Amino acid sequence: MPASAIADGLRRVGAGTRRAVTRLGFAARFTVAVFAHSLEGLKRVRLTLREIYFAGALSLVIILVSGLFVGMVLALQGYDILQRYGASESLGVMVALSLLRELGPVVAGLLFASRAGSAITAEIGLMKATEQLSAMEMMAVDPLARVVAPRFWGGVISMPLLAALFSTMGVYGAYLVGVKLIGLDAGAFWGNMQAGVDFREDVVNGIIKSVVFGLIVSLFAVFEGYDAAPTAEGVSSATTRTVVGSSLSILAADFVLTVFMFRGVGA
Amino acid sequence: MNRSTIDLWVGIFVALGLGAILFLSLKVGNLLTTSHSEGYRIEAAFDNIGGLKVRAPVKAAGVAVGRVEAIRLDPKTYEAVVTLSIDRQYAFTKDTIASILTSGLLGEVYVGLDSGGDPQLVAEGGRVGKTQSAVVLEKLISQFLFDKAAQGGGGK
Repeated sequence: MPASAIADGLRRVGAGTRRAVTRLGFAARFTVAVFAHSLEGLKRVRLTLREIYFAGALSLVIILVSGLFVGMVLALQGYDILQRYGASESLGVMVALSLLRELGPVVAGLLFASRAGSAITAEIGLMKATEQLSAMEMMAVDPLARVVAPRFWGGVISMPLLAALFSTMGVYGAYLVGVKLIGLDAGAFWGNMQAGVDFREDVVNGIIKSVVFGLIVSLFAVFEGYDAAPTAEGVSSATTRTVVGSSLSILAADFVLTVFMFRGVGA
Repeated sequence: MNRSTIDLWVGIFVALGLGAILFLSLKVGNLLTTSHSEGYRIEAAFDNIGGLKVRAPVKAAGVAVGRVEAIRLDPKTYEAVVTLSIDRQYAFTKDTIASILTSGLLGEVYVGLDSGGDPQLVAEGGRVGKTQSAVVLEKLISQFLFDKAAQGGGGK
């Protein structure tokens, strides 16, 4: 009895590992295929534009509103701590650096994953479940070029713009709280910010981060949708996997990028 | 939703996004005034630079006139050679004293320039005549304690 139970357990572990590795291999093959079909897909500009509309333009409200609130909260909390050390003039640079380097790309990426990534997965998954993808293949239309590539690039293009808007709204929210509400000097607020923020180190690195996060979310979203089991449960669990997987990957990738980008700054 | 509405919204979205990047670059990051092409470089050699860092401001009479561009150690003299990028509209005399100062007790470390009366100016790539090293607080305290101890010993 115990011997067979152990064997069963081992078999399950083995099968699970094999499934995971097979899926990883499929994901890699799928990634290469998406890039290979991208040129074909991008030629149909209108399809990509439509996806930028759905992934980007429709995410504007959530990004703008959360950016504003994150900036306002950062300013209130930052002011509380900075004024203890008599450094409340540094509020602008503190908020701008935290938004540009970390919060802008990361929080916008997480919101983008739950707002747009889940929608893309559900859409492609449902197309698969209702056999629209097979129908396209039947009509000699490649679903990778027609369905997947435009959604992928729509996400990749939207994400940096959304992250930049998030940071901008955050800085504006901090300005509202710091200058208008608390009454800091506007000149010191902007002046310290401009003196402390470097274009190459902070702005460009933030944009690079958001492009990487856009690639991660879009790839997760299209892959999970394409790989979803063609049932209602399959689509729902694929959507969950998109949000969980891309959120965790964003945070992990953020750590790696931060190590490379900001390890030696100022030394 | 018809095509032109989608195009309109995508246009608005992209314009807003690019505007945000522009805002972050110019207003927040101050891309225009920190570009290195506008400055000229001069050098200053210090015995000790304390906590001076690259990108620290250079000030003359409290006005920011440039930035610290590079810091390296001279392998022969064992002095720290600091390269300063100075705004083109300012020129400094050859006997300018460069000192490393701190704004407030916990504030940022910066390079202060005090011009002298020499008619000759420091040229591009030239070196500032005199320098004053950073005040290292630990050394100051140990010296103070040492003096105190010496006084106490002499009194008895």
